[in-house]
Amino acid sequence: MANIVIRYGFLALLAGLIIFFAVAAPGFASPQSAVFIFQSVAITGILALGVTATLVVGGFDLSIGSVATSAMMAAAYAMVVMEQSAFVAVLFCLAIGAIVGLINGIIIVYMRVPDLLATLGMMFLLVGLQRIPTEGRSIAAGMTLPDGSTATGTFSEAFLSLGRHRFDFFLPNLVPVSVVVLLVLAVLIWFFLEFTRFGRMMYAVGSNEKAAELAGAPVKAYKIWAYVISGIFASIGGILLAARLGRGDIASGNNLLLDAVAAALIGFAVLGAAKPNAFGTAIGALFVGVLLQGLTMMNAPYYTQDFVKGAVLVVALVFTFALSSRTK
Amino acid sequence: MDAMFRIAGLEKSFGPIRVLNDVNLELHTGTVTVLMGANGAGKSTLVKIMSGVYPRGGGVMELAGQPYEPASPAEAIRAGVVTVHQNINDGVVATLDVATNLTMDRLSGKSAPLIFNPRRVRREARAVADRLGLQVDLGASISDLSLADRQMVAIARAMAHEPKVMVLDEPTSSLSSAEANRLFSVIDRLRAHGVAILYISHRMSDIRRVADRIVALRDGVITGVFEEKPLDYEGAVNAMLGRQMGHAAVTVADATRKVFEANDLRIAPSARPFSLTLGDGEVVAITGLVGVGKTKLAETLFGVRRPLGGTMRLARQDYAPRTSADAIAAGVFLVAKDRAESGIVADFNLYKNMSLPFLPRLSLGSILRTRAERAIAREQIQSLGIVCRNERDRMQTLSGGNQQKVMVGRWLSQPSQLLILDEPFQGVDIAARRDIAAKLRASAPGRATLLFLTELDEALETADRILVMSEHTIVGEHRNANLDMDRLLAQVAGEDKDDRRGAA
Repeated sequence: MANIVIRYGFLALLAGLIIFFAVAAPGFASPQSAVFIFQSVAITGILALGVTATLVVGGFDLSIGSVATSAMMAAAYAMVVMEQSAFVAVLFCLAIGAIVGLINGIIIVYMRVPDLLATLGMMFLLVGLQRIPTEGRSIAAGMTLPDGSTATGTFSEAFLSLGRHRFDFFLPNLVPVSVVVLLVLAVLIWFFLEFTRFGRMMYAVGSNEKAAELAGAPVKAYKIWAYVISGIFASIGGILLAARLGRGDIASGNNLLLDAVAAALIGFAVLGAAKPNAFGTAIGALFVGVLLQGLTMMNAPYYTQDFVKGAVLVVALVFTFALSSRTK
Repeated sequence: MDAMFRIAGLEKSFGPIRVLNDVNLELHTGTVTVLMGANGAGKSTLVKIMSGVYPRGGGVMELAGQPYEPASPAEAIRAGVVTVHQNINDGVVATLDVATNLTMDRLSGKSAPLIFNPRRVRREARAVADRLGLQVDLGASISDLSLADRQMVAIARAMAHEPKVMVLDEPTSSLSSAEANRLFSVIDRLRAHGVAILYISHRMSDIRRVADRIVALRDGVITGVFEEKPLDYEGAVNAMLGRQMGHAAVTVADATRKVFEANDLRIAPSARPFSLTLGDGEVVAITGLVGVGKTKLAETLFGVRRPLGGTMRLARQDYAPRTSADAIAAGVFLVAKDRAESGIVADFNLYKNMSLPFLPRLSLGSILRTRAERAIAREQIQSLGIVCRNERDRMQTLSGGNQQKVMVGRWLSQPSQLLILDEPFQGVDIAARRDIAAKLRASAPGRATLLFLTELDEALETADRILVMSEHTIVGEHRNANLDMDRLLAQVAGEDKDDRRGAA
């Protein structure tokens, strides 16, 4: 009995929640509403999938939120100030994510700085760094540059379509690009972690580093790769954020880190995994999205959102650690 | 001479496992009694009962003729029984300075003043340090001191209680020989102060230096007390390792083809270089006391450490692994010591644990062939007789012996040139031990098999050839048939150093 609760408890809770909202909030059970939920969790979900990779190797990445906002600012800067194409802007962002991840990994693995501290430091560094080129201003087409001139570049149409284009799916113009990207990345990272030898080894590194090393695994390389994956995923999130907003907004993206981490940790409870896993992370992100959308449609005030997210996280962690350790 | 501390008929069990059985022990004032025992003999349990960590199961303890029944470590210290634990950093607070460490017990007592007076602390610390002739800057932070100095501080702090009995639990295990010498002179001073000392160690060089008496403990029973001068060190080692004659001896095979050789290998800075040859189909055991470099040698062969000198050859080719991955690729496998720490991945089930080192071979491109993994695991479960429901069982559900079988099965599942097993019988019941040994011998042809074993019995049960290690080098070699047991024990005890070719 306890086993069944641990395994399917969270999925049952999710199903119950959906049924409850479908009955209680008219309009909740519609394709538009479903897509809206997916869209609201797409960016945090992508970040959460990245941080899952670092959790798998027994690490943690607190810099993902600031990597995403840095990527957003970088995309805006590349197009608006440097007048580059969408393609260059995207590459620029991905490179930033990869480099930040690499630096995080090197600091943690070779300089032996604890993961939380290293990535916390990186978070502050990036929050500051992303404001330096524009002296703290947001970036939008036609903005005034620090030297007094006016920026002549604009967000390219191709780039904006990443945030605004919708694919036809049963209904015309239904599924936004960000949701497709989320689903593709979720399947990719899930397949990578569960079905490739690299993923298996990453789990081994996270569970018993010494045993993994004595089994011939290049432990340091795996750890660094995990941070690179996390950085790249965060920068993809940042690109989508920039495309959706159409500007480099220094005030946005504040909640990304906490929401993403919450989704990944809630994922521990899904299917009784008691460990980081891609499927659980995706469900965790979805769970938060369903809850918030449902509450919003039932006219719950916006300021209760953080409280609800926190409560869900605490319950999920109790599920994972208290219940599953009892049956071991 | 009356005993300062006396234990009679001491018993201790943990659940169904009896750890100490009718232990009698006397400690005299101004005398160093050395307690020798292999891993799992019950030494630490005895120390913990003496220092008030565990309650005793039965029997009596007396201190200076009075019953001694400490309910807690603090009570033991108050009564005058002080223990310096093996882990030096447990005895000191690294972030505080020496003076505070030396007087800490007074600071935390009930009668301690509320206000901390640095000058008074310094004065008291000076008095404590002087008593032991401790020459350390009292203002220095512990974290700036060497391990040996920390050890001295811990001992000086213990001395501040004016103990009647002092227990030193493997105090030299992390000290260099120069540092150990300083410790020995402190022990001489304690002895002169009339403290009854119980010194726990397996290092023969230490024991020769400090012992007035030797007591050997084996499987929870005192197997020998040696107090006549000159002390019978060989007899003590014998009593500790428990030589049982008339073994179900193995049919000894002689090697044919040379598989592995090491020339002038040096694994520790001051150690003598040694050479080593292992042949096809041969099972060779390297035995020796704890801390003589067995694990270091195993790790050197497996590429985890670099040798300080010398060369290795594997199957007629130069072999110089830089990582464990290199070793595995060359066909050198290691079943590492202490499976929980360095073997088992606790989050993985049985078959995932087994396939771990061979994932590149068990995947197509980079995608795992789970079916092949599980087939291999089933094969090993069958051939080693692993007791489990199926290959997807969690490791925690298996007994210690079966967990070890999984670890051995992992490295038997692929062909190897040289299979190294470091203490493969640690924490393994006798039935599983027999199964593993039989499997190793049966599968031996086609590779060289090298075992590192502290317990002599295990070596006699499994090996064709037994090499003896002492002080990071190989000091003896014996064919496991009518071997000269006295010679072998002398070599284990480090007494027969001139001729390294034993009764081969």
